[in-house]
Amino acid sequence: MYTHEVLIAGFGGQGVLTAGQLLAYAGNLEGQHVSWVPAYGPEQRGGTANCSVVISDQPVACPLVSEPTACIVLNQPSLEKFEPMVQPGGTLVVNTSLCTTRPKRTDITVVPAPATDLAVELGAIRFANMVALGALLAVVPMVKTESILEVLPKVMGEDKAQYVPINREALKIGMEEARRVLMV
Amino acid sequence: MEPMMTMMKGNEALGEAAIRAGCRFFFGYPITPQSELPAYMARRMPEVGGTFLQAESELAAVNMLLGAAATGVRAMTSSSSPGYSLKQEGISYMIGSQLPCVVVNIMRGGPGLGNIQPSQSDYFQIVKGGGHGDYRMIALAPAAVQELVDLTILAFDLADFYRNPVALVGDGLLGQTMEPVSFPPVKTTDDDKDWALTGAHNRPKRVITSLELNPENLEAHNRVLQAKFAAMEEREARWEEYRCEDAELVVVAYGTSARIARAAVDAARNMGLRVGLYRPITLWPFPGEGLTRLAEQGVRRFLDVEMSSGQMVEDVKLAVLGRARVDFYGRLGGMVPTPREILGQIQELMGGEA
Repeated sequence: MYTHEVLIAGFGGQGVLTAGQLLAYAGNLEGQHVSWVPAYGPEQRGGTANCSVVISDQPVACPLVSEPTACIVLNQPSLEKFEPMVQPGGTLVVNTSLCTTRPKRTDITVVPAPATDLAVELGAIRFANMVALGALLAVVPMVKTESILEVLPKVMGEDKAQYVPINREALKIGMEEARRVLMV
Repeated sequence: MEPMMTMMKGNEALGEAAIRAGCRFFFGYPITPQSELPAYMARRMPEVGGTFLQAESELAAVNMLLGAAATGVRAMTSSSSPGYSLKQEGISYMIGSQLPCVVVNIMRGGPGLGNIQPSQSDYFQIVKGGGHGDYRMIALAPAAVQELVDLTILAFDLADFYRNPVALVGDGLLGQTMEPVSFPPVKTTDDDKDWALTGAHNRPKRVITSLELNPENLEAHNRVLQAKFAAMEEREARWEEYRCEDAELVVVAYGTSARIARAAVDAARNMGLRVGLYRPITLWPFPGEGLTRLAEQGVRRFLDVEMSSGQMVEDVKLAVLGRARVDFYGRLGGMVPTPREILGQIQELMGGEA
Protein backbone atom coordinates (compact mmCIF):
# COMPACT_ATOMS: atom_id res chain seq x y z
CA MET A 1 0.00 0.00 0.00
CA TYR A 2 1.29 3.47 -0.83
CA THR A 3 -0.03 7.01 -0.84
CA HIS A 4 1.96 9.92 -2.23
CA GLU A 5 0.72 13.21 -0.84
CA VAL A 6 2.25 15.93 -2.96
CA LEU A 7 2.22 19.66 -2.42
CA ILE A 8 3.56 22.02 -5.08
CA ALA A 9 3.92 25.70 -4.26
CA GLY A 10 5.33 28.89 -5.74
CA PHE A 11 4.34 32.19 -7.30
CA GLY A 12 1.25 32.36 -9.50
CA GLY A 13 2.50 31.99 -13.07
CA GLN A 14 5.28 29.52 -12.26
CA GLY A 15 3.20 26.60 -13.46
CA VAL A 16 2.51 25.24 -10.00
CA LEU A 17 -1.06 24.19 -10.76
CA THR A 18 -0.08 22.80 -14.16
CA ALA A 19 2.72 20.68 -12.71
CA GLY A 20 0.24 19.23 -10.22
CA GLN A 21 -2.31 18.50 -12.93
CA LEU A 22 0.32 16.76 -15.03
CA LEU A 23 1.15 14.50 -12.09
CA ALA A 24 -2.51 13.71 -11.42
CA TYR A 25 -3.38 13.09 -15.08
CA ALA A 26 -0.29 10.89 -15.45
CA GLY A 27 -1.25 8.87 -12.38
CA ASN A 28 -4.76 8.50 -13.75
CA LEU A 29 -3.36 7.36 -17.09
CA GLU A 30 -1.46 4.63 -15.26
CA GLY A 31 -4.59 3.50 -13.44
CA GLN A 32 -3.58 4.84 -10.04
CA HIS A 33 -6.07 6.59 -7.76
CA VAL A 34 -5.52 10.33 -7.98
CA SER A 35 -6.87 13.71 -6.93
CA TRP A 36 -5.84 17.31 -7.54
CA VAL A 37 -7.05 20.38 -5.77
CA PRO A 38 -5.81 23.96 -6.01
CA ALA A 39 -5.56 26.28 -3.06
CA TYR A 40 -7.98 28.90 -4.29
CA GLY A 41 -8.62 32.34 -2.98
CA PRO A 42 -8.81 35.93 -4.14
CA GLU A 43 -5.61 35.34 -6.13
CA GLN A 44 -3.53 37.77 -8.14
CA ARG A 45 -0.70 37.44 -10.62
CA GLY A 46 2.55 37.09 -8.69
CA GLY A 47 0.71 36.01 -5.54
CA THR A 48 1.31 32.62 -4.01
CA ALA A 49 -0.21 29.49 -5.47
CA ASN A 50 -0.19 25.88 -4.43
CA CYS A 51 -1.95 22.64 -5.17
CA SER A 52 -2.40 19.27 -3.54
CA VAL A 53 -2.01 16.02 -5.48
CA VAL A 54 -2.65 12.57 -4.08
CA ILE A 55 -1.52 9.44 -5.93
CA SER A 56 -2.32 6.13 -4.31
CA ASP A 57 -3.12 2.47 -4.86
CA GLN A 58 -6.17 3.04 -2.63
CA PRO A 59 -9.15 5.34 -3.21
CA VAL A 60 -8.08 8.83 -2.15
CA ALA A 61 -9.22 9.57 1.40
CA CYS A 62 -8.43 13.25 1.75
CA PRO A 63 -7.62 15.28 -1.39
CA LEU A 64 -6.32 18.21 0.64
CA VAL A 65 -2.68 17.63 1.57
CA SER A 66 -1.72 19.06 4.96
CA GLU A 67 1.40 16.93 5.60
CA PRO A 68 3.07 16.17 2.26
CA THR A 69 5.25 13.13 1.66
CA ALA A 70 6.66 14.99 -1.34
CA CYS A 71 6.85 18.74 -1.77
CA ILE A 72 8.13 21.17 -4.39
CA VAL A 73 8.75 24.79 -3.40
CA LEU A 74 9.55 27.15 -6.22
CA ASN A 75 10.03 30.33 -4.18
CA GLN A 76 11.16 31.56 -0.77
CA PRO A 77 7.71 32.17 0.84
CA SER A 78 6.69 28.62 -0.10
CA LEU A 79 9.87 27.19 1.41
CA GLU A 80 9.21 29.00 4.68
CA LYS A 81 5.58 27.94 4.77
CA PHE A 82 5.83 24.30 3.72
CA GLU A 83 9.20 23.02 4.95
CA PRO A 84 7.82 22.45 8.47
CA MET A 85 4.83 20.51 7.09
CA VAL A 86 6.73 17.81 5.16
CA GLN A 87 6.33 14.40 6.78
CA PRO A 88 9.48 12.97 8.39
CA GLY A 89 11.15 10.83 5.76
CA GLY A 90 9.53 12.89 3.01
CA THR A 91 11.13 14.69 0.08
CA LEU A 92 11.46 18.44 -0.44
CA VAL A 93 12.56 19.85 -3.80
CA VAL A 94 13.80 23.41 -3.40
CA ASN A 95 14.20 25.83 -6.29
CA THR A 96 17.53 27.27 -5.18
CA SER A 97 17.41 29.88 -7.96
CA LEU A 98 14.74 31.78 -6.04
CA CYS A 99 15.16 30.60 -2.46
CA THR A 100 17.61 32.66 -0.47
CA THR A 101 17.72 30.36 2.54
CA ARG A 102 18.24 26.59 2.71
CA PRO A 103 16.03 24.03 4.46
CA LYS A 104 17.04 23.21 8.03
CA ARG A 105 15.28 19.88 8.37
CA THR A 106 17.54 16.85 8.64
CA ASP A 107 14.77 14.24 8.83
CA ILE A 108 13.71 14.69 5.20
CA THR A 109 15.40 14.29 1.83
CA VAL A 110 16.17 17.76 0.53
CA VAL A 111 16.75 18.11 -3.20
CA PRO A 112 18.27 21.50 -3.98
CA ALA A 113 17.86 22.30 -7.68
CA PRO A 114 18.32 25.66 -9.43
CA ALA A 115 15.18 24.98 -11.47
CA THR A 116 14.70 28.52 -12.76
CA ASP A 117 18.32 28.89 -13.88
CA LEU A 118 18.30 25.47 -15.54
CA ALA A 119 15.06 26.35 -17.33
CA VAL A 120 16.51 29.61 -18.61
CA GLU A 121 19.54 27.71 -19.89
CA LEU A 122 17.19 25.33 -21.63
CA GLY A 123 15.47 28.19 -23.39
CA ALA A 124 12.60 29.55 -21.33
CA ILE A 125 11.92 30.35 -17.70
CA ARG A 126 8.49 28.76 -17.92
CA PHE A 127 9.97 25.25 -17.86
CA ALA A 128 11.17 25.69 -14.25
CA ASN A 129 8.16 23.74 -13.00
CA MET A 130 9.07 20.79 -15.23
CA VAL A 131 12.71 20.85 -14.11
CA ALA A 132 11.56 20.75 -10.48
CA LEU A 133 9.05 18.01 -11.26
CA GLY A 134 11.81 15.99 -12.90
CA ALA A 135 13.93 16.42 -9.77
CA LEU A 136 11.09 15.12 -7.62
CA LEU A 137 10.41 12.14 -9.89
CA ALA A 138 14.09 11.16 -9.77
CA VAL A 139 13.74 10.66 -6.02
CA VAL A 140 10.08 9.59 -5.83
CA PRO A 141 9.16 7.92 -9.14
CA MET A 142 5.40 7.98 -8.53
CA VAL A 143 4.59 8.23 -12.26
CA LYS A 144 6.56 7.55 -15.41
CA THR A 145 8.05 10.45 -17.36
CA GLU A 146 6.41 9.09 -20.49
CA SER A 147 2.98 9.30 -18.81
CA ILE A 148 3.54 12.98 -18.06
CA LEU A 149 4.50 13.67 -21.66
CA GLU A 150 1.52 11.69 -22.91
CA VAL A 151 -1.00 13.69 -20.88
CA LEU A 152 0.67 17.04 -21.56
CA PRO A 153 -1.43 17.96 -24.62
CA LYS A 154 -4.58 17.02 -22.71
CA VAL A 155 -3.68 19.25 -19.76
CA MET A 156 -2.17 22.19 -21.67
CA GLY A 157 -4.16 22.05 -24.89
CA GLU A 158 -3.58 20.09 -28.08
CA ASP A 159 -1.73 23.05 -29.63
CA LYS A 160 0.98 22.54 -27.00
CA ALA A 161 1.84 19.07 -28.32
CA GLN A 162 4.79 20.64 -30.18
CA TYR A 163 6.37 21.43 -26.81
CA VAL A 164 6.51 17.79 -25.72
CA PRO A 165 10.20 17.39 -26.72
CA ILE A 166 11.37 20.44 -24.76
CA ASN A 167 9.30 19.38 -21.75
CA ARG A 168 10.91 15.94 -21.99
CA GLU A 169 14.27 17.72 -21.92
CA ALA A 170 13.25 19.83 -18.90
CA LEU A 171 12.16 16.75 -16.93
CA LYS A 172 15.42 15.04 -17.86
CA ILE A 173 17.55 18.00 -16.75
CA GLY A 174 15.72 18.04 -13.41
CA MET A 175 16.22 14.32 -12.92
CA GLU A 176 19.91 14.54 -13.74
CA GLU A 177 20.35 17.46 -11.37
CA ALA A 178 18.67 15.57 -8.53
CA ARG A 179 20.81 12.50 -9.17
CA ARG A 180 23.91 14.67 -9.30
CA VAL A 181 23.29 16.50 -6.01
CA LEU A 182 22.12 13.39 -4.18
CA MET A 183 24.74 11.21 -5.85
CA VAL A 184 22.24 8.44 -6.58
CA MET B 1 -9.92 1.20 -11.13
CA GLU B 2 -10.56 1.76 -14.82
CA PRO B 3 -7.64 3.65 -16.29
CA MET B 4 -8.31 6.64 -18.53
CA MET B 5 -11.34 7.86 -16.68
CA THR B 6 -11.94 11.55 -17.38
CA MET B 7 -10.30 13.98 -14.99
CA MET B 8 -12.76 16.68 -13.98
CA LYS B 9 -13.25 19.28 -11.31
CA GLY B 10 -16.29 18.70 -9.13
CA ASN B 11 -18.08 21.77 -10.48
CA GLU B 12 -17.55 20.69 -14.10
CA ALA B 13 -18.44 17.06 -13.46
CA LEU B 14 -21.69 18.25 -11.89
CA GLY B 15 -22.48 20.20 -15.05
CA GLU B 16 -21.74 17.28 -17.35
CA ALA B 17 -23.79 14.91 -15.20
CA ALA B 18 -26.73 17.31 -15.32
CA ILE B 19 -26.55 17.50 -19.11
CA ARG B 20 -26.42 13.72 -19.37
CA ALA B 21 -29.44 13.55 -17.07
CA GLY B 22 -31.33 15.62 -19.63
CA CYS B 23 -30.96 19.06 -18.10
CA ARG B 24 -31.37 21.55 -20.96
CA PHE B 25 -31.89 24.81 -19.11
CA PHE B 26 -29.42 26.41 -16.74
CA PHE B 27 -29.91 29.78 -15.11
CA GLY B 28 -27.16 31.14 -12.93
CA TYR B 29 -25.17 34.00 -11.59
CA PRO B 30 -21.45 33.67 -10.94
CA ILE B 31 -20.14 33.25 -7.42
CA THR B 32 -16.99 31.57 -6.16
CA PRO B 33 -16.43 28.69 -5.44
CA GLN B 34 -18.97 27.32 -7.94
CA SER B 35 -18.29 29.53 -10.97
CA GLU B 36 -16.75 26.68 -13.01
CA LEU B 37 -20.25 25.19 -13.15
CA PRO B 38 -21.98 28.07 -14.98
CA ALA B 39 -18.82 28.48 -17.09
CA TYR B 40 -19.04 24.81 -18.09
CA MET B 41 -22.75 25.13 -18.82
CA ALA B 42 -22.16 28.23 -20.93
CA ARG B 43 -19.85 26.18 -23.14
CA ARG B 44 -21.76 22.88 -23.18
CA MET B 45 -25.42 23.90 -23.38
CA PRO B 46 -25.19 25.23 -26.96
CA GLU B 47 -23.58 21.92 -28.01
CA VAL B 48 -26.63 19.94 -26.87
CA GLY B 49 -29.28 22.41 -28.00
CA GLY B 50 -29.82 23.63 -24.46
CA THR B 51 -30.04 27.09 -22.97
CA PHE B 52 -27.53 28.74 -20.67
CA LEU B 53 -28.56 32.06 -19.28
CA GLN B 54 -26.58 34.27 -16.95
CA ALA B 55 -29.25 36.20 -15.12
CA GLU B 56 -28.90 39.69 -13.70
CA SER B 57 -29.17 38.34 -10.14
CA GLU B 58 -29.80 35.18 -8.16
CA LEU B 59 -33.45 36.19 -7.74
CA ALA B 60 -33.85 36.44 -11.48
CA ALA B 61 -32.12 33.11 -12.01
CA VAL B 62 -34.33 31.20 -9.60
CA ASN B 63 -37.49 32.67 -11.09
CA MET B 64 -36.32 31.80 -14.60
CA LEU B 65 -35.87 28.29 -13.24
CA LEU B 66 -39.45 28.36 -11.97
CA GLY B 67 -40.66 29.36 -15.40
CA ALA B 68 -38.68 26.67 -17.18
CA ALA B 69 -39.69 23.99 -14.69
CA ALA B 70 -43.35 24.90 -15.22
CA THR B 71 -43.03 23.79 -18.85
CA GLY B 72 -41.86 20.33 -17.75
CA VAL B 73 -38.24 20.55 -18.89
CA ARG B 74 -35.30 19.46 -16.76
CA ALA B 75 -33.68 22.61 -15.41
CA MET B 76 -31.13 23.66 -12.82
CA THR B 77 -29.62 26.62 -11.05
CA SER B 78 -26.56 26.82 -8.86
CA SER B 79 -24.94 29.18 -6.40
CA SER B 80 -22.89 29.40 -3.24
CA SER B 81 -24.09 30.37 0.22
CA PRO B 82 -24.98 34.10 -0.09
CA GLY B 83 -26.51 33.46 -3.51
CA TYR B 84 -28.38 30.43 -2.24
CA SER B 85 -29.95 32.59 0.48
CA LEU B 86 -31.45 34.74 -2.26
CA LYS B 87 -32.81 31.74 -4.15
CA GLN B 88 -34.86 30.44 -1.27
CA GLU B 89 -37.88 32.59 -1.95
CA GLY B 90 -38.10 30.97 -5.37
CA ILE B 91 -37.57 27.52 -3.91
CA SER B 92 -40.54 28.03 -1.60
CA TYR B 93 -42.66 29.10 -4.60
CA MET B 94 -41.57 26.05 -6.59
CA ILE B 95 -42.36 23.67 -3.77
CA GLY B 96 -45.76 25.33 -3.36
CA SER B 97 -46.29 24.98 -7.11
CA GLN B 98 -45.02 21.36 -7.13
CA LEU B 99 -42.34 22.05 -9.70
CA PRO B 100 -39.37 19.70 -10.12
CA CYS B 101 -35.89 21.19 -10.47
CA VAL B 102 -32.37 20.88 -9.10
CA VAL B 103 -30.72 23.61 -7.03
CA VAL B 104 -27.04 23.49 -6.18
CA ASN B 105 -25.31 25.04 -3.18
CA ILE B 106 -21.52 24.81 -3.16
CA MET B 107 -21.13 26.22 0.34
CA ARG B 108 -18.58 28.81 1.44
CA GLY B 109 -17.71 30.53 4.70
CA GLY B 110 -20.32 32.82 6.25
CA PRO B 111 -22.31 34.51 7.64
CA GLY B 112 -22.83 37.42 5.29
CA LEU B 113 -20.40 37.68 2.41
CA GLY B 114 -17.95 35.71 4.55
CA ASN B 115 -15.25 34.28 2.32
CA ILE B 116 -14.85 31.83 -0.54
CA GLN B 117 -13.35 28.91 1.37
CA PRO B 118 -15.14 25.56 1.90
CA SER B 119 -17.81 25.43 4.58
CA GLN B 120 -20.84 23.44 5.73
CA SER B 121 -22.60 26.16 7.63
CA ASP B 122 -25.75 26.21 5.46
CA TYR B 123 -27.09 22.91 6.84
CA PHE B 124 -29.89 24.56 8.80
CA GLN B 125 -30.80 26.71 5.83
CA ILE B 126 -31.12 23.75 3.47
CA VAL B 127 -32.45 21.08 5.80
CA LYS B 128 -34.74 23.07 8.05
CA GLY B 129 -36.11 25.26 5.27
CA GLY B 130 -34.59 28.69 4.78
CA GLY B 131 -37.57 29.79 2.75
CA HIS B 132 -41.06 30.36 4.07
CA GLY B 133 -43.93 27.95 4.54
CA ASP B 134 -44.24 24.30 5.56
CA TYR B 135 -41.84 22.73 3.14
CA ARG B 136 -39.24 20.04 2.78
CA MET B 137 -36.85 19.13 0.02
CA ILE B 138 -34.52 16.21 -0.51
CA ALA B 139 -30.90 17.32 0.02
CA LEU B 140 -28.10 15.16 -1.39
CA ALA B 141 -24.57 15.58 -0.03
CA PRO B 142 -21.83 13.86 -2.07
CA ALA B 143 -18.36 13.40 -0.57
CA ALA B 144 -16.32 12.87 -3.76
CA VAL B 145 -16.50 13.84 -7.42
CA GLN B 146 -17.77 10.47 -8.70
CA GLU B 147 -20.52 10.49 -6.11
CA LEU B 148 -21.32 14.05 -7.14
CA VAL B 149 -21.92 12.77 -10.68
CA ASP B 150 -24.09 9.88 -9.51
CA LEU B 151 -26.16 12.02 -7.15
CA THR B 152 -26.67 14.76 -9.74
CA ILE B 153 -28.33 12.22 -12.02
CA LEU B 154 -30.36 10.89 -9.09
CA ALA B 155 -31.38 14.45 -8.15
CA PHE B 156 -33.16 14.99 -11.47
CA ASP B 157 -34.98 11.67 -11.18
CA LEU B 158 -36.11 12.36 -7.61
CA ALA B 159 -37.22 15.88 -8.53
CA ASP B 160 -39.40 14.57 -11.35
CA PHE B 161 -40.72 11.67 -9.29
CA TYR B 162 -41.88 13.86 -6.42
CA ARG B 163 -42.51 17.04 -8.39
CA ASN B 164 -40.35 18.86 -5.87
CA PRO B 165 -37.02 20.73 -6.01
CA VAL B 166 -33.99 18.69 -4.94
CA ALA B 167 -30.90 20.31 -3.40
CA LEU B 168 -27.38 19.21 -4.25
CA VAL B 169 -25.15 20.24 -1.38
CA GLY B 170 -21.39 20.47 -1.64
CA ASP B 171 -18.65 22.77 -0.49
CA GLY B 172 -15.81 24.66 -2.11
CA LEU B 173 -13.38 21.79 -1.75
CA LEU B 174 -15.65 19.32 -3.54
CA GLY B 175 -16.31 21.87 -6.27
CA GLN B 176 -12.61 22.56 -6.81
CA THR B 177 -11.22 19.02 -6.47
CA MET B 178 -10.31 17.27 -9.69
CA GLU B 179 -10.67 13.48 -9.77
CA PRO B 180 -11.20 10.74 -12.34
CA VAL B 181 -14.87 10.24 -13.12
CA SER B 182 -16.95 8.07 -15.36
CA PHE B 183 -20.44 8.91 -16.51
CA PRO B 184 -22.88 6.04 -16.25
CA PRO B 185 -25.35 5.56 -19.08
CA VAL B 186 -28.45 7.54 -18.24
CA LYS B 187 -31.92 6.39 -19.10
CA THR B 188 -33.82 9.56 -19.75
CA THR B 189 -37.51 8.97 -19.57
CA ASP B 190 -39.91 10.99 -21.62
CA ASP B 191 -42.67 10.64 -19.09
CA ASP B 192 -45.63 12.69 -20.07
CA LYS B 193 -45.86 15.43 -17.49
CA ASP B 194 -49.62 15.87 -17.47
CA TRP B 195 -49.31 19.04 -15.40
CA ALA B 196 -46.78 20.91 -17.53
CA LEU B 197 -47.58 24.15 -19.31
CA THR B 198 -47.01 23.22 -22.92
CA GLY B 199 -49.67 25.28 -24.68
CA ALA B 200 -53.36 24.51 -24.20
CA HIS B 201 -54.18 23.92 -27.85
CA ASN B 202 -56.85 21.20 -28.05
CA ARG B 203 -56.73 20.45 -24.35
CA PRO B 204 -58.14 21.98 -21.16
CA LYS B 205 -55.98 24.71 -19.65
CA ARG B 206 -53.59 23.95 -16.81
CA VAL B 207 -52.72 26.34 -14.00
CA ILE B 208 -49.52 26.33 -11.96
CA THR B 209 -49.45 28.63 -8.97
CA SER B 210 -48.56 28.67 -5.30
CA LEU B 211 -51.34 31.17 -4.59
CA GLU B 212 -54.51 29.89 -2.86
CA LEU B 213 -56.51 32.50 -1.01
CA ASN B 214 -59.05 30.09 0.44
CA PRO B 215 -57.53 28.69 3.64
CA GLU B 216 -59.51 25.45 3.48
CA ASN B 217 -58.15 24.80 0.00
CA LEU B 218 -54.65 25.82 1.03
CA GLU B 219 -54.80 23.43 3.97
CA ALA B 220 -55.85 20.66 1.62
CA HIS B 221 -53.00 21.58 -0.71
CA ASN B 222 -50.60 21.49 2.25
CA ARG B 223 -51.88 18.02 3.15
CA VAL B 224 -50.98 16.87 -0.35
CA LEU B 225 -47.50 18.31 0.04
CA GLN B 226 -47.08 16.77 3.49
CA ALA B 227 -48.04 13.36 2.14
CA LYS B 228 -45.28 13.74 -0.43
CA PHE B 229 -42.75 14.76 2.22
CA ALA B 230 -43.78 11.76 4.32
CA ALA B 231 -43.20 9.48 1.33
CA MET B 232 -39.74 11.01 0.84
CA GLU B 233 -38.92 10.47 4.50
CA GLU B 234 -40.10 6.89 4.25
CA ARG B 235 -38.14 6.02 1.12
CA GLU B 236 -35.27 8.35 0.40
CA ALA B 237 -32.96 8.36 3.44
CA ARG B 238 -29.48 7.31 2.31
CA TRP B 239 -26.29 6.82 4.25
CA GLU B 240 -23.05 4.87 4.34
CA GLU B 241 -21.56 2.98 7.29
CA TYR B 242 -17.81 2.42 7.28
CA ARG B 243 -16.04 0.10 9.77
CA CYS B 244 -18.95 0.45 12.19
CA GLU B 245 -19.45 -3.29 12.91
CA ASP B 246 -17.57 -3.48 16.22
CA ALA B 247 -17.11 0.26 16.77
CA GLU B 248 -17.13 1.80 20.23
CA LEU B 249 -17.01 5.31 18.81
CA VAL B 250 -18.63 6.36 15.56
CA VAL B 251 -17.75 9.58 13.78
CA VAL B 252 -20.73 11.20 12.04
CA ALA B 253 -19.92 13.51 9.14
CA TYR B 254 -21.11 14.34 5.63
CA GLY B 255 -19.50 15.63 2.44
CA THR B 256 -15.91 16.85 2.67
CA SER B 257 -15.85 16.43 6.46
CA ALA B 258 -16.78 12.77 6.03
CA ARG B 259 -14.03 12.23 3.53
CA ILE B 260 -11.44 13.69 5.89
CA ALA B 261 -12.94 11.84 8.86
CA ARG B 262 -12.61 8.59 6.93
CA ALA B 263 -8.83 9.06 6.82
CA ALA B 264 -8.89 9.71 10.59
CA VAL B 265 -10.97 6.57 11.15
CA ASP B 266 -8.45 4.49 9.18
CA ALA B 267 -5.59 5.98 11.20
CA ALA B 268 -7.43 5.23 14.46
CA ARG B 269 -8.09 1.66 13.35
CA ASN B 270 -4.38 1.26 12.60
CA MET B 271 -3.76 2.21 16.23
CA GLY B 272 -6.19 -0.48 17.34
CA LEU B 273 -9.02 1.89 18.23
CA ARG B 274 -12.51 0.59 17.42
CA VAL B 275 -13.83 3.54 15.43
CA GLY B 276 -16.29 3.75 12.54
CA LEU B 277 -17.78 6.40 10.27
CA TYR B 278 -21.46 7.11 9.67
CA ARG B 279 -21.93 9.29 6.61
CA PRO B 280 -25.34 10.79 5.81
CA ILE B 281 -25.74 10.97 2.02
CA THR B 282 -29.15 12.62 2.29
CA LEU B 283 -29.20 15.51 4.75
CA TRP B 284 -32.97 15.56 4.39
CA PRO B 285 -34.49 13.11 4.94
CA PHE B 286 -31.95 12.72 7.73
CA PRO B 287 -30.88 9.07 7.90
CA GLY B 288 -31.36 8.67 11.65
CA GLU B 289 -32.44 5.05 11.62
CA GLY B 290 -28.92 3.64 11.23
CA LEU B 291 -27.68 5.85 14.06
CA THR B 292 -30.48 4.66 16.29
CA ARG B 293 -29.57 1.06 15.51
CA LEU B 294 -25.87 1.65 16.19
CA ALA B 295 -26.70 3.28 19.53
CA GLU B 296 -28.90 0.32 20.43
CA GLN B 297 -26.14 -2.08 19.39
CA GLY B 298 -23.79 -0.58 21.92
CA VAL B 299 -21.89 2.30 20.31
CA ARG B 300 -21.04 4.33 23.40
CA ARG B 301 -20.06 7.61 21.80
CA PHE B 302 -20.68 9.54 18.63
CA LEU B 303 -18.40 12.32 17.42
CA ASP B 304 -20.12 14.65 14.98
CA VAL B 305 -17.67 16.55 12.77
CA GLU B 306 -18.73 19.49 10.61
CA MET B 307 -17.29 22.55 8.96
CA SER B 308 -19.77 24.56 11.00
CA SER B 309 -20.44 25.41 14.64
CA GLY B 310 -22.66 22.35 15.00
CA GLN B 311 -25.81 22.11 12.93
CA MET B 312 -26.31 18.49 11.85
CA VAL B 313 -25.32 17.46 15.38
CA GLU B 314 -28.84 18.42 16.48
CA ASP B 315 -30.30 15.77 14.18
CA VAL B 316 -27.70 13.26 15.35
CA LYS B 317 -28.79 13.88 18.95
CA LEU B 318 -32.44 13.44 17.99
CA ALA B 319 -31.64 10.08 16.41
CA VAL B 320 -29.45 8.87 19.27
CA LEU B 321 -31.95 10.20 21.83
CA GLY B 322 -29.75 9.91 24.87
CA ARG B 323 -28.74 6.29 24.26
CA ALA B 324 -25.12 7.35 23.81
CA ARG B 325 -23.05 10.44 24.30
CA VAL B 326 -22.78 12.79 21.33
CA ASP B 327 -19.74 15.07 21.08
CA PHE B 328 -18.99 17.68 18.47
CA TYR B 329 -15.93 18.99 16.67
CA GLY B 330 -16.13 21.76 14.09
CA ARG B 331 -14.04 24.23 12.15
CA LEU B 332 -15.60 27.55 11.20
CA GLY B 333 -15.34 30.32 8.67
CA GLY B 334 -13.89 28.34 5.77
CA MET B 335 -11.34 26.31 7.74
CA VAL B 336 -11.08 22.63 6.80
CA PRO B 337 -10.17 20.08 9.50
CA THR B 338 -7.20 17.79 8.92
CA PRO B 339 -7.28 14.03 9.48
CA ARG B 340 -4.78 14.55 12.31
CA GLU B 341 -7.10 16.99 14.12
CA ILE B 342 -10.02 14.57 13.96
CA LEU B 343 -7.78 11.71 15.05
CA GLY B 344 -6.74 13.84 18.02
CA GLN B 345 -10.39 14.30 18.98
CA ILE B 346 -11.01 10.57 18.67
CA GLN B 347 -8.02 9.76 20.87
CA GLU B 348 -9.07 12.30 23.47
CA LEU B 349 -12.61 10.95 23.63
CA MET B 350 -11.39 7.37 23.89
CA GLY B 351 -9.37 8.25 26.94
CA GLY B 352 -6.06 8.98 25.32
CA GLU B 353 -5.61 5.30 24.44
CA ALA B 354 -2.90 4.35 21.97
